[in-house]
Amino acid sequence: MKLAAHQPGALETRLREIRTTGRKILVPYITGGLTGWIDAIRGAAANGADAIEIGIPFSDPVMDGPIIQMASEKALRDGATPTSILHELRSVDVDVPLIVMCYYNTVFRAGHARFANALREAGVVAAIVPDLPLEESPIWCESADAAPIETVMLAAPTAPDERLPRVVERARGFVYAVGLLGVTGERSELATTAVAMATRLKKITDMPVLVGVGVSNAEQARQACTVADGVIQGASVVRRLLDEGADSVANYVAEVRAAIDSPLSSKR
Amino acid sequence: MDAKPIPTELLTPGADGRFGEFGGRFVPETLVPACEELEAAFADAWNDSLFRTELDDLLREYAGRPSILTECHNLGAQLGIRLILKREDLNHTGSHKINSVLGQALLAKRMGKKRIIAETGAGQHGVASATAAALLGLECKVYMGAVDVERQSLNVFRMKLLGATVEAANSGSRTLKDAVNEAMRDWVASVETSYYCIGSVMGPHPYPFMVRQFQSVIGKEARKQFREMCDGADPNIVVACVGGGSNAMGIFSGFIDAKTRLVGVEPAGGAAVGRGTPGVVHGMKSFLMQDEYGQVQEAHSISAGLDYPGVGPEHSYLASVGRAEYPSVNDQEVIEGFKLMARAEGIIPALECAHAVAWITKEAPKIQGQTVLMNLSGRGDKDVAQMMTILGDQLS
Repeated sequence: MKLAAHQPGALETRLREIRTTGRKILVPYITGGLTGWIDAIRGAAANGADAIEIGIPFSDPVMDGPIIQMASEKALRDGATPTSILHELRSVDVDVPLIVMCYYNTVFRAGHARFANALREAGVVAAIVPDLPLEESPIWCESADAAPIETVMLAAPTAPDERLPRVVERARGFVYAVGLLGVTGERSELATTAVAMATRLKKITDMPVLVGVGVSNAEQARQACTVADGVIQGASVVRRLLDEGADSVANYVAEVRAAIDSPLSSKR
Repeated sequence: MDAKPIPTELLTPGADGRFGEFGGRFVPETLVPACEELEAAFADAWNDSLFRTELDDLLREYAGRPSILTECHNLGAQLGIRLILKREDLNHTGSHKINSVLGQALLAKRMGKKRIIAETGAGQHGVASATAAALLGLECKVYMGAVDVERQSLNVFRMKLLGATVEAANSGSRTLKDAVNEAMRDWVASVETSYYCIGSVMGPHPYPFMVRQFQSVIGKEARKQFREMCDGADPNIVVACVGGGSNAMGIFSGFIDAKTRLVGVEPAGGAAVGRGTPGVVHGMKSFLMQDEYGQVQEAHSISAGLDYPGVGPEHSYLASVGRAEYPSVNDQEVIEGFKLMARAEGIIPALECAHAVAWITKEAPKIQGQTVLMNLSGRGDKDVAQMMTILGDQLS
């Protein structure tokens, strides 16, 4: 395992502190601009989320399955823009770090430095850009580092062993272990690749490793956390926000919190 | 500003997959190893004489290449130009798509893949993919926008006849752009066993380069045939329609070093080069119709094959350096072009190619006496039902 060579930013520092206490890290994902999304952020923060990922809706979300596609389309129809979402985020007074997830064209169109600064001004500390792989990332990372915005890198099950350390080296905040081959969405079981990816990454880095994509309920979160430092929950959260509203998100976050806090999750 | 020399040869993109500032590989991390593997496999195959011979044999004995040139004596006389068609419509499956698909399907087999995924707009690439899959014993899944499934039902049935599965894309604008999204989502999930057979000079590196190489057979043949037909001369103008732009890149590639005007005709409702700005979608940086926040706008064209808000990155490059020009024509002009080619020459062009006819007709007063080589990239049989609805009783 290699110690990170960079100076940890606000998100990474916070997640490392949480890990030190033996607590598993829970990061719900919420599509920005959906009806009730601000209440959902507050509810999640009050019920055990350690950080919150806000999705900026994009017209062509190729890494997303039906639920987040539907949420993105709905938010866009309701007039959400990157500007309106960041503006609304400024007024959110929660005590957990905020991460933005957006597709690269949103960044590119705004301009790298301008977008990084806009995130910073909105109180966001980190960004996930799922269609910006390592090789294309330097131009964004330079602006992000300067802002500073921590750029979370995704590590996929298809990455050969020689590639993973390079991805990890460029990661800030945490390393996002992609749990399966596929797009976001709920699955009936946790893919075996989820724990396998976490295991591969934990061997090579001391950065926090969080599993996302296909972690679909409290039990699957608990399973992933037997190895990973935490989980990201996307479609299962967004579906509740779409169907039942912000209160349902708060209840669900509490449920997942309880599951990953149970003693079972630290045993293997 | 310094005037840069206009390039006289095609670029071979380096590891960054760029044509100038355009191109690249903007894909989810999951797909990066697959793109790298494909880049290496294509380079290996393209330099392997056995692979090239196998492909050439298929192009000749299966697709029916070389495609002929046809001079349009009637329409040429009417317009005051010399108009010559490269007849890609006569290929097996009725369009230029087969050139790239046979190459890609052979490559998929060589890479040990058992299944190919394809997106399609008008259905021509879907039919070609289903055809190659049937021939080479591959499983085939084609994604097609729900709107296009409706307006190109004949091609949907054709794909099913050939043994492919057709899945309607119901997200977004429910046209080609969304079919590409669905195909990419499938690929992210099935990358270990499936080959994504992209239908145009678009997508992440190496696709734009690779598809251009497979389509360059059009330009190579056309240059030679044109010289034989026209006493060793090159055409004044080469014109082709542009959606993603593979038939245009195919024919342009043969004339890049000639003193020939290269014209790519876009639909007015999907004029990525003409009306777009640089953006990143579907794995590539290129001109794109988008709003101020980078949301991709929906294209609107009478032709499903050109109903795409982006364009292949090499076209963006050729436009940016001034080597090719990208005018657009509207749907009404296209309908006129469609009828004109049918009645003057007895050739029903695909609606996509009718864009090129429309531009030539409009441009004719300015190019009197010039020689024009037009890529007739597909036949119009697939469009007849749609045109019947549009024209209805107007024809007597």
